[in-house]
Amino acid sequence: MRPDHGRLPETFTTPGTSSFLDFLARHDPSLLPPGRPLPAGEVPASPSATTIVALAFDGGVVLAGDRRATAGSMIASRHIEKVFPADEYSAVGIAGTAGLALELVRLFQLELEHYEKIEGSLLSLDGKANRLATMIRGSLGLAMQGLAVVPLFGGYDLSREVGRIFSYDVTGGRYEETDFHAVGSGAVFARGSLKKLWWAGMAEHDAVRTAVHALVDAADDDSATGGPDSTRRIWPVVATVTARGYHRVEDAALAAAHAEVEGVRRATEAGGGETR
Amino acid sequence: MSMPFYVSPEQLMKDRADYARKGIARGRSVVVLAYADGIAFATENPSRALHKISEIYDRIAFAAVGKYNEFENLRVAGVRYADLRGYSYDRSDVNARGLANAYAQTLGTVFTTESKPLEVELVVAEVGATPEADQIYRLSYDGSVADERDHVVMGGQAEVLADRLSAGWQPGLDLAGVVRLAVDVLGTQAEGDPRPLDPGQLEVAVLDRHRPRRAFRRLGAPALAELLEGSPPDERV
Repeated sequence: MRPDHGRLPETFTTPGTSSFLDFLARHDPSLLPPGRPLPAGEVPASPSATTIVALAFDGGVVLAGDRRATAGSMIASRHIEKVFPADEYSAVGIAGTAGLALELVRLFQLELEHYEKIEGSLLSLDGKANRLATMIRGSLGLAMQGLAVVPLFGGYDLSREVGRIFSYDVTGGRYEETDFHAVGSGAVFARGSLKKLWWAGMAEHDAVRTAVHALVDAADDDSATGGPDSTRRIWPVVATVTARGYHRVEDAALAAAHAEVEGVRRATEAGGGETR
Repeated sequence: MSMPFYVSPEQLMKDRADYARKGIARGRSVVVLAYADGIAFATENPSRALHKISEIYDRIAFAAVGKYNEFENLRVAGVRYADLRGYSYDRSDVNARGLANAYAQTLGTVFTTESKPLEVELVVAEVGATPEADQIYRLSYDGSVADERDHVVMGGQAEVLADRLSAGWQPGLDLAGVVRLAVDVLGTQAEGDPRPLDPGQLEVAVLDRHRPRRAFRRLGAPALAELLEGSPPDERV
């Protein structure tokens, strides 16, 4: 090997790839999350993130995630965030092992930004979704040891001018969802809720309220999902992605949406758990 | 095998420097100017896709003159360097000084050890929270680094333009003022009247210190036309 004399290493100046992951794999694979081999044995209980819902509305998508992380039966965090902007026109929500999932999001955000800087243009929404699938597939080994990460990806397709939602499985399978989807431990309940609450062509504020409602329903039946906490004023992370880009819904709007959902529930529930 | 002619090290370095300088002077100039809200970059470049000015990281941008394939390679290396550093440590730990040093070592090594020096000149600039915290580094083909203040011209007829630029520049210019000055300077010719430049021929970008996170922003032809037209002719510098 030629001496470097302190210059940028050859991997930096090798032309070809616009992917940060590919560059990292060539330059220093040990920095990649799946690049670290795991010893045999049980992984001790580590925080795990729970329910994410996504739904389409007229002109975009909403992604929402509760704020709870659990380690076994213990609540590990009350205010963890699980929905993030992937770039200006897409968002990603994560369920599964929190530590790995947050790392995956960081790498995914960097991957999209790296491509944008090198190529001078944004990846297509399908391109971004495929990139995420590749990253999930790369950590299949970790998933086999019980450290699964399952993302939910939503974004605004600038060429088709619609919001689109993609779901994944641990093997890197990528599935496009047309209306709504949920992942995580409370997903079954959230999906049941969305099935009744969602309608085609709904407006943005209806979609935000519906997302909050679905999370409330999930928290009602799943102990690992945290509902909105009006005492501590901890609200779910709710983000919309439209032609105007990524937008995180403000706390005041979420408090109002939550109050509305509570109003509906109070009107239909008998108090005190009385048998009717 | 015949013995090679003896060439003194001075002559060898001088030949290489002359070679690189000639290549750099052939292209169009790039001007980099500090203004009240950040740092502006401008050059004459009819291409919409082959940029001479680019984003490297949140607060850092890159401008280059010379051979396109050579500086494009350095630009990609810079983006990789910055992204890797930001990924290994934190986004706030990526700075222009580190990048300028890496570039300087690379340019210097190529200049002394390879048969052909890189025919490029670069500016690496980082916008700070205040104008005093802005950093502009200029790097030459031989790896020398200069820590510049306020403004830089490189490539083309750099000397002619530099006089014009230092006469017109003053602290606290606004965006419209600095863009007008840049266009005036780029149109300057060694002899005769300045050439008028159409916004479509220009590549202009800014590092705007008031933008959150990614400070880099390109100014397209419509935005440029608006900035250039907004001034009465007697206010032109």
